[in-house]
Amino acid sequence: MLLNQFLLLGAFLFCTGIYGVLTRKHTVLVLMSIELMLAAVNINLVAFGAFHNDPTGQVFALFVLTIAAAEVGIGLAIVLLIYRNLHSADLDDVDVMKG
Amino acid sequence: MGVENVFFGIIAAAMALGALGVVRTKNIVHAALYLVVVLAGGAAQFILLGQEFVAWVQVLVYIGAVIVLFLFGIMLTRAPMHPKESLDNDLKWPGAVVSLFLAGVLGGLLVKTYHATKVNVVAPIRTNQITNSIFTTYIIPFEVVGVLLLGALIGAVVLARRD
Amino acid sequence: MWFVDHAWLVPLIPALSFAIILLFGKRFPRGGSEVGILAVSASFVLACGTALQWINHVQNAKGSEPSVDPVIHSVTWFQNAGVKLTAGIDIDGLAVVVMFVVTLVSLLVHIYSTEYMRGDIRYTYFFACLSLFTASMLLLVVADNTLEMLIGWELVGLCSFMLIGHWWEEKPNSDAALKAFLTTRTGDIGLLTGVIMTFFIIQRSFGVGSFDIQQLHQAAAASSSPAVAHALGIQSPGHTIVLWCAAALMLAIVGKSGQFALHTWLPDAMAGPTPVSALIHAATMVVAGVFLGARLYPVFFHGFSIGDGTANPMAVIGGITVIIGAALAFVQDDIKKVLAYSTISQLGYMVMALGVGAWTAAIFHLFTHAFFKADLFLGAGSVSHSGSHHSFDMKKDMGGLKKYMPQTYWTFLIGTLALAGIFPFAGFWSKDEILVNAGHNNYVAFVVVGLVGALMTAAYMTRCIYLTFFGEYRGGHGHEHHAGDDSDILPADHAHEPHESNGIILGPLWVLTFMAVVVGFLNFPHFSKFEKWFQPSSPESFKGILHAVAFNPILAAVSFTVAVLGIVIAWAFYAGKLHALHDLSERNKVAHAGKTFLVNKYYLDYLYENIIVAAIKGPIAAGAYWFNQHVIDNVLNYTGRGARVVGRFTYDYIDQKGVDGVVNGIATVTGEAGGEARKIQTGRLQFYALMLVAAVLVFAVILWIAT
Repeated sequence: MLLNQFLLLGAFLFCTGIYGVLTRKHTVLVLMSIELMLAAVNINLVAFGAFHNDPTGQVFALFVLTIAAAEVGIGLAIVLLIYRNLHSADLDDVDVMKG
Repeated sequence: MGVENVFFGIIAAAMALGALGVVRTKNIVHAALYLVVVLAGGAAQFILLGQEFVAWVQVLVYIGAVIVLFLFGIMLTRAPMHPKESLDNDLKWPGAVVSLFLAGVLGGLLVKTYHATKVNVVAPIRTNQITNSIFTTYIIPFEVVGVLLLGALIGAVVLARRD
Repeated sequence: MWFVDHAWLVPLIPALSFAIILLFGKRFPRGGSEVGILAVSASFVLACGTALQWINHVQNAKGSEPSVDPVIHSVTWFQNAGVKLTAGIDIDGLAVVVMFVVTLVSLLVHIYSTEYMRGDIRYTYFFACLSLFTASMLLLVVADNTLEMLIGWELVGLCSFMLIGHWWEEKPNSDAALKAFLTTRTGDIGLLTGVIMTFFIIQRSFGVGSFDIQQLHQAAAASSSPAVAHALGIQSPGHTIVLWCAAALMLAIVGKSGQFALHTWLPDAMAGPTPVSALIHAATMVVAGVFLGARLYPVFFHGFSIGDGTANPMAVIGGITVIIGAALAFVQDDIKKVLAYSTISQLGYMVMALGVGAWTAAIFHLFTHAFFKADLFLGAGSVSHSGSHHSFDMKKDMGGLKKYMPQTYWTFLIGTLALAGIFPFAGFWSKDEILVNAGHNNYVAFVVVGLVGALMTAAYMTRCIYLTFFGEYRGGHGHEHHAGDDSDILPADHAHEPHESNGIILGPLWVLTFMAVVVGFLNFPHFSKFEKWFQPSSPESFKGILHAVAFNPILAAVSFTVAVLGIVIAWAFYAGKLHALHDLSERNKVAHAGKTFLVNKYYLDYLYENIIVAAIKGPIAAGAYWFNQHVIDNVLNYTGRGARVVGRFTYDYIDQKGVDGVVNGIATVTGEAGGEARKIQTGRLQFYALMLVAAVLVFAVILWIAT
């Protein structure tokens, strides 16, 4: 197995995630896209770990996973707050900083 | 060697389709489910690479908890459950251009750098190797992440409570 | 030589007396006249001392043709870039002579005035002016540079104005004062120009300009030939500037000394009190012009090329003046006007003498003329004071006064004989000397002029004496027996018959008469003391100008005969057998026209007042006013308007639209740019994220390419 195929897969997922972050209206969907990106990072880490036969890749993938979980928790809390104040979870409506 | 590539190819295709589904579907819940596909595929790739521990942790934490959390968020924000016209904002095309460009850059870079480097999975990495690594070399990040989780927990509670 | 070295006291003392009389005069018991007399006496004593010391100095000079330099003391009161302006004294024979004359005549006039002006309403002021005049004239005389002379000249003109217009309550008097002042002012244009030119003449010769008279002499001498210039060690200033300077100064002489064309002020100046006429317009001020000519003689000599026998402006003008002055004296009824025209004629003699190269003769005539003319004027004053009830009209108010005023008659007669040039009185010697020099220098025409003038002088003075002192008294002394008649018009003592004047008036008359008899002998042939003592002999600058001319008995006899002839003819006309010629002008048209021409003073006054002045006052002034209002003011107005238009244009277009446009434009552009730029701040998260990713991408590409 080529290393590249994993890395390219990771790159593809990452770019898709970025597309999603930039494009999606609903905040939760943006969070999901962020999850996509983090998954891509995980694949990269693990691929390199396997390449070097080193547990460090996995260790950091674990850390990323943990942080992703924490981040989703906070993120959804913020989404809830936004929804409560604006009665909409559209990111387009969060434009108080406009101007 | 050959069989792994085949499996890799099938799973990678599934993941790609899933990813595209996340960012293009008109139904939020379907997006969440596509995300499940992607994450599951990711776990499968980990196993292919012989990294079993993180594969199971991904399934457990990511798919089990995070996706459920997403579904809760969808529900609590009264997101439209049925397909809508579009869930995209007006940055579709610039975003597409940027992403494609980024993909091109990354892809080119990777191909240039790693040509045909092979990954040799000799044997799956044992759990105790990982834990040894965590609790010796990376003990401090481990603790930090623990505190971070605590902080996130408290933060989430604080943020989301009604008062 | 104490007196000579301190000769600056001579003008100073009268100046001080002027100040004292002006400030404190009224408090003195005699109204300030004591101060004046005291001061002028002191000056006279000093002047005599100076004269004696100078004569001594000349006598002691060694050598056969001794050169006696003038005594000069000066202080520099201003200097800048090498040019020094000085104030000082320059005492030589000329200065000594004129100082003596001025102080003596002034002293006598002061004494005379205490009686003549008694009871006058401005008695103190009169004496103050007399003192100022004396001081100014003496300043003019002792001056060592032309600038100082100019100051003295102007001051005497001012004093003349003040004194002529002493009784200014009557308009004719103030008019006469103005006429005198303005006419001499016209001449002063020449003086100012001339003085400025002297500066430049000296600058051309010496390299550094100044007003010094001795330097001027040398510079003028240097202009005559290169040899002289070389001998003196200076450059020649060039003949042209010396000629122009002489011409300009000639204009000044014409104005001040009443030469032809600017003489019209002198007869009118007789409106002033008689002592003033005697002092200023006979003996001293009017000779200032002649003095100027004598003092700066090298300028005239070399400028006009006197001495080579050709006619020059000085001699011609002088000669014309001799004749016309004498002619006009024939038709005057006012005794003072006769004397005024006589003065004009005699001044003509002096200027003519200078013009023919007879320097010493001119000054000698100046010297003698002062005495006998002052004598005549004071005599006329005595006549009017005591004889004709303050009138000067010979035909109406005089006549037969010989028996009433014998002393006045004798002094007047001797003065007349001196004036007419009868041997052995002073005028004979001085007039003869002029004629001799003229003949010697080949100016034959002017000898003839001089002789004709002598004839006329004798004739009109005989007429004058006849009308005043002979015949029947016409003053109408019958009617002043009526008490209180017109006693409020004329001052106090007119109610008497004509009588002799008192001693205060007669004293000066006799002194002057004595001088008129005696001084002629100063230049007796072979005795020639005047020449020796007072002729300037500083060698280089006066070289070639002055040379002794021997006495010519034939010419002397001719001039004596001519004078006697004049007396005889006039006497015959008035008193004797030529009755048939009486009132010829009434019967004969040509004679009448001639007389009218003379009576109207050749219509010169008409020309000056009605044509020249009226033209200036009328059309020329109006034209100048029109020019000022319409052209000059319009230039200003349009410039102002133009400036306003430009200002408005600048404001509207350049400032408001241009500059402000640029400034506002910058602000607008900035605002618009900001307005456009702020659109980046959409407030939308995903937009920012897009920007972020794009930027990072760009960097990544750059970094990739760079490595």
